[in-house]
Amino acid sequence: MSGPVGIVILIHTAFDRAEQVIRHWVAGGCPVVVHVDAKVRPQTYDRFVHGLSDLTGSVLFCKRHRCEWGTWGIVAASQAGAEMMLERFPGVQHVYLASGSCLPLRPVRELVDYLAERPGVDFIESATTADVPWVAGGLAEERFVLRFPFSWKRQRFLFDRWVEIQRRFGLHREIPEGLTPHMGSQWWCLTRETMTRILKDPARARYDAYFRLVWIPDESYFQTLARLYARNIESRSLTLSKFDFQGKPHIFYDDHLQPLRRSDCFVARKIWPHADRLYEAFLDPSEQAMKGAEPNPGKIDRIFAKAVERRTRGRPGLYMQSRLPNEGWENGFTSAPYSVFEGFSDLFEDFEPWLARTTGARVHGHLFATHGVEFEGRQDSFAGALSASAAIRDYNSRRFLTSLIWMTRGERQCFQFGPFDQQIITWDLAKDPNAQISVISGAWAVPLFLSGGDFAELRTEAARLQKIESEHLKALRSPYAKARIRIWTMAEFIESPLEALQTVIEEFPGSTPRRVTETPRMVDLTGFGQFLQNLKNEGMHPYLMGDFHAGGAPRRDEPPRRKRYLVR
Amino acid sequence: MGVWQSYRLRLERKRWRIRAFRKRRNLVRVANRTDRIREDDILVFSTFRNEAMRLPYFLKYYRDMGVGHFLMVDNDSDDGGAAFLADQPDVSLWSTTASYKRARFGVDWLNWLQLKYGHNHWTLVVDPDELFVYPFCDTRPLRALTDWLEASSIKSFSAMLLDMYPKGGINDVAYRPGQDPLEIANWFDAGNYSIYRNPKYGNLWIQGGPRMRVFFADEPWRAPALNKIPLVKWNRDYAYHSSTHTLLPRGLNLVYDEWGGEKASGVLLHTKFLSTFAAKAQEELDRKQHYAAGREYRAYAEGVTQNPDLWCKWSEKYINWRQLEILGLMSKGNWA
Repeated sequence: MSGPVGIVILIHTAFDRAEQVIRHWVAGGCPVVVHVDAKVRPQTYDRFVHGLSDLTGSVLFCKRHRCEWGTWGIVAASQAGAEMMLERFPGVQHVYLASGSCLPLRPVRELVDYLAERPGVDFIESATTADVPWVAGGLAEERFVLRFPFSWKRQRFLFDRWVEIQRRFGLHREIPEGLTPHMGSQWWCLTRETMTRILKDPARARYDAYFRLVWIPDESYFQTLARLYARNIESRSLTLSKFDFQGKPHIFYDDHLQPLRRSDCFVARKIWPHADRLYEAFLDPSEQAMKGAEPNPGKIDRIFAKAVERRTRGRPGLYMQSRLPNEGWENGFTSAPYSVFEGFSDLFEDFEPWLARTTGARVHGHLFATHGVEFEGRQDSFAGALSASAAIRDYNSRRFLTSLIWMTRGERQCFQFGPFDQQIITWDLAKDPNAQISVISGAWAVPLFLSGGDFAELRTEAARLQKIESEHLKALRSPYAKARIRIWTMAEFIESPLEALQTVIEEFPGSTPRRVTETPRMVDLTGFGQFLQNLKNEGMHPYLMGDFHAGGAPRRDEPPRRKRYLVR
Repeated sequence: MGVWQSYRLRLERKRWRIRAFRKRRNLVRVANRTDRIREDDILVFSTFRNEAMRLPYFLKYYRDMGVGHFLMVDNDSDDGGAAFLADQPDVSLWSTTASYKRARFGVDWLNWLQLKYGHNHWTLVVDPDELFVYPFCDTRPLRALTDWLEASSIKSFSAMLLDMYPKGGINDVAYRPGQDPLEIANWFDAGNYSIYRNPKYGNLWIQGGPRMRVFFADEPWRAPALNKIPLVKWNRDYAYHSSTHTLLPRGLNLVYDEWGGEKASGVLLHTKFLSTFAAKAQEELDRKQHYAAGREYRAYAEGVTQNPDLWCKWSEKYINWRQLEILGLMSKGNWA
């Protein structure tokens, strides 16, 4: 006497594994009907049949069809298997469709008990096309209204052209009356009653003729017809089967043993045929029962969801041998926020140590200095073994910056920048939403003023630097700029440096907003106004630093003052 | 890419294949056991010179991984390595005294052997000092990877070269035959790599690591290329263009994603910097058989005598593939 659950297995490869699994089902009291793909060579088929000849009473082989992915053959095979099952095993109440690479994860009797407790329930994932997000490659609605006589795998060109032609000329066909297309996992478990009504339907010939030209009918034939006849549908599959972003099933390996065990699912697909440990563990007859728990694939879902995410979105700010996004597709130019300070270290003597003390961040000097990279502490290498060589940095300055930010994830990086530096990175900084850029424009004049060198040379140098910074500011103020940018003229800044510093520091991450209690030491600006005036007298007009009196202090009374410039 | 360029690349590919065919005459058969290759064997192709020290571990490493057969070209060794290989049941060996340089650094020889024996096999082209690491390599054999690639219709798999080095002078610890070189050279540079795209062939151009940091700090553009595509489901129409950096047809070079995602990739742990290195650099320098007249080796020879320590404070100590994955040197892609 056969048990109440019958298994229909579709096989095309890995026959030794299939045999193992069939024996396992039979040992658990389930009759099995096997469908072997018609493409399989006769010798292989005969050997396989012969190998199972000791189980004649409980294993039957049904009429063979050619099964190709996305075509009708798989449905025909399932029908043939199910028909034979209903006819030859009258005790069967549920028909479970499985493949040769399916592996039962729980003892067979648990599945039998589970189904016995739910008589008349059909387990088949079945959703209307409008409501399924998982359809890969378009063709959601269209698979039901266009005709697909060509193989997607072997005749891709014809397949694509024929779809185009039908679209162009509106060659839509009628969906048979009474059917509402539904889709879902092709691994289902249906009751004898539902199965019988589907197979014995007087309109079956018409439905079959229609579904023959639907694309991937194994995902929609039973899913649609079950909606006509089933009394009680549980729209979920008892087979754990995960799909990647292209609609291919994920494969399970030995190292999935633990998550598979914890999933409490009855059957999983697809198992790699050489995953010896999985077959050993789950086909072990002494396998312990799992206390009748409900299937809970959540944990294993996450592993695969993460894989799909990694494949489609990647890790932002990472550039490597298998991820080199085109411009605009980086999904984040850098991996984490960082701060750029321009002019601050010119104006304050001890800005770097002060900033490090106040914020706890990693504070570098001028990373893009022409003479070499000024890493924190002026070390000759830094995180990721980045070299301080200017030549190496300039050879690929984008990768230099993105590597630095990537390698220091979890620690905020700050660095100084100015018109003395290599400017090639300007636009990348301006466009990067992770960059927080604070500029005291014109502060580059301070080191010139303090150097006290030959005035004619200073004048030339000042003109050059002003031109460079002006270009840089243009980028920061352009509509393409996506960084968090603040620009003060030097005159504005020194009017209320504490307030300005506070604004910048507040944006640093941290649980409590920091109060700036101690300010860095500003250089002595006595005579700076006169220095600027001298430049003007020489015909070089320094305008980026704002208005300074020849006396040295900024003009405090001049109305109206320009507002602080904030660009977002 | 226009029709014209596409046609030119096609001609170029034909040229490399014809060249490989001509260069087959360089190869003298020492032990041909290719009749033992089974239909679904994964094959290793390798050319070497005086690597007797490394060969035992090399074979063990790849046998454990599940490689079925080794096809090796001995370029004029005189250290007994060839005799050792000729006795191995899963090795087919050829030898040559011809110029390595004129065989385009061995590419022609291996292209020929791959054309003849690699068709429809997964082929792995590695040097004896390169250890292939791929996602899940500690729990899944190489066949799991190739089966997955096959199911995903992926024909080529990227594994960038990661230079490994010891802490301290590279001559300090002597390497013994059969020893895992990673016991000595177990440090690497985690994040100082430059990547550019090569518009002509579509491959990447990766440079960096300790060699650029130490030997090419003033001329980084001359640093050796680190991008490699060593694992390919071979077809007799394919050809390696320059070492395993570039393949033709160029579609095989698209091992990286351009739309933000990550494709699966591995790493070749390059254990060149062992105690065996200094002698080798000197020898290669004398032979002048290497890329760009041994510029690389000259830089090494000079560097090695001055300061043989490649280690720096920011070097990373090697643990396993998961570490490399987290650091972003390789990726699982959508293999889970």
